[in-house]
Amino acid sequence: MKEIRIHGRGGQGSVTAAELLAIAAFEDGMYSQAFPSFGVERRGAPVMAFVRLSDKKIRLRSQVYDPDYVIVQDATLIEAVDVARGLKADGMIIVNTEHNPEDLPLETEAAVRTIDATGIALDIIGKPIMNTVMLGAFAGASGEITAESIKNAVRDRFPGKVGEKNADAVQSAYDLVVGS
Amino acid sequence: MTGKLKSGRQVVEGSYAVAHAAAICRPDVISAYPITPQTHIVEDLSQFVADGAIDCKYINVESEFSALSALVGASAAGARTYSATTSQGLALMHEVVFNMAGMRLPAVMTIVNRSMSAPINIWNDHQDSMAERDSGWIQLYVEDVQELVDTTVQAYMIGEDPEVSLPVMVCMDGFILSHVFEPVDLLDQKAVDEFLPPFKPLRTLDPEDPKSFGMFVDPEYYMDFRHLVEQAMEQSRSKIQDAAKSFESAFGRYYGGLIDTYHTDDAEIILVAMGSLVGTLRDVVDDLRSKGVPVGFLKVRAFRPFPADEIAEAIAGAKVVCVLDKNISLGTGEGAVCTEIKASLYNSDIRVPVIGFVIGLGGRDIPVGTVQRIVSKAEDVIKHGIKVENEFVDLKHSLVS
Repeated sequence: MKEIRIHGRGGQGSVTAAELLAIAAFEDGMYSQAFPSFGVERRGAPVMAFVRLSDKKIRLRSQVYDPDYVIVQDATLIEAVDVARGLKADGMIIVNTEHNPEDLPLETEAAVRTIDATGIALDIIGKPIMNTVMLGAFAGASGEITAESIKNAVRDRFPGKVGEKNADAVQSAYDLVVGS
Repeated sequence: MTGKLKSGRQVVEGSYAVAHAAAICRPDVISAYPITPQTHIVEDLSQFVADGAIDCKYINVESEFSALSALVGASAAGARTYSATTSQGLALMHEVVFNMAGMRLPAVMTIVNRSMSAPINIWNDHQDSMAERDSGWIQLYVEDVQELVDTTVQAYMIGEDPEVSLPVMVCMDGFILSHVFEPVDLLDQKAVDEFLPPFKPLRTLDPEDPKSFGMFVDPEYYMDFRHLVEQAMEQSRSKIQDAAKSFESAFGRYYGGLIDTYHTDDAEIILVAMGSLVGTLRDVVDDLRSKGVPVGFLKVRAFRPFPADEIAEAIAGAKVVCVLDKNISLGTGEGAVCTEIKASLYNSDIRVPVIGFVIGLGGRDIPVGTVQRIVSKAEDVIKHGIKVENEFVDLKHSLVS
């Protein structure tokens, strides 16, 4: 079983990202479970969402404490929240930022990957909504899930042009991360 | 949103799944008032009705009291009825909750289990439905979203059985199950139509054949009416098991009747729980069993009627029983499940120690390590006897000392 924790701010679509990841993983033939951290969400406040992926039925119902992967949608959270808490040493943290991994004040033995997801979102979607971009980056960096399934989940959730643009952004982030 | 219900096996939110299951049971009347964390269920159902995806009267009301009152009238008129609520909403229904059972009116109501105020808290425990345990409603608790879906259908079959004729609460853990996305087999309309017969009420409000429900009854008759409700509860025991078995024949899924057990046959330590915590217990028991710890668990699926005999039989061979209660009966120091298990053993010759753990109140998370510590305490009880009979788990001692 792989456990994923998504950090974001209210309004950045962290819970939606978790749901889309669960739907995409299911399409890839896995069992999946996605749930929010059950806070009283407010726009701008730090929020978390969790995802579990497994080849067996998932029965565990606790929050995720020792994630294999952490996705950080907003690098300003690093100063407010211990985003790397519990992250496994052989795990990975993926941060949305223009900076390089070594420039981030992260205390972790895990691999650190960065991507300018907001920039990609502005370029392709035209709005600074980076959640689907981060899923593309996650697919590319982790290899746990295919870009195709994420794109299908995104198109299904956002029918029409919005979905197509988001799917393009997913592919763009995937290609960028796989190529680097 | 489309006008069609989703179908097949897919990843959906727990709230959608239960709304879908309720819709597939073809209710004639739905009435509910939105309240966190039940809100998504009534949003989905009202969308189904507005889109014409189901043929049903959705009655908008100004409170939970009115929601259940509307269902009393509808059920008395012969309608299949559905509602969903939680916490303070259920408390506001309290008067009608007793009325509906006393009038022997079937209904299914999803309880999205949440703590009770004060302090106000929107997260999960079982205090809300526990407060209605003496009302005459059947109470079934579910472990995951699939069991929630399947139990909703079974609940109609049980409650509408002429020998039962009682309302049923299907209790699901707020947020943990209502807001989770996981794979679910959504039920097929044709399969449910074949499985669940139409509601045939024993008696209905009918202008051509006038009669009264919930009449004034003096001391000459009141107790006898209450005894009849208790008899109906007794009848429901076999009906709950029958519904689970016939559901298994039709759909291939089974979750236990009144209880379910896991590795209890040779267990020295038996954990007892209700609801989604049971899922976590499965992982903990598998892990500890692989390390040679003789532990198992008992899932209480029906809290009303209370499965005293089934529980006594399942735990008779254990050396210690740990009851994990997501509720506290204030003034007793322990949760209601613990108290009732002790009571069910007293007149038997089973003398297994029963230890109470109040856990997860107001949404306090229950990690694997917490359950492992409870098992360690159980091992201490086997070696050294009972030192502490009941306790609150994972308290912040700095705040309460």
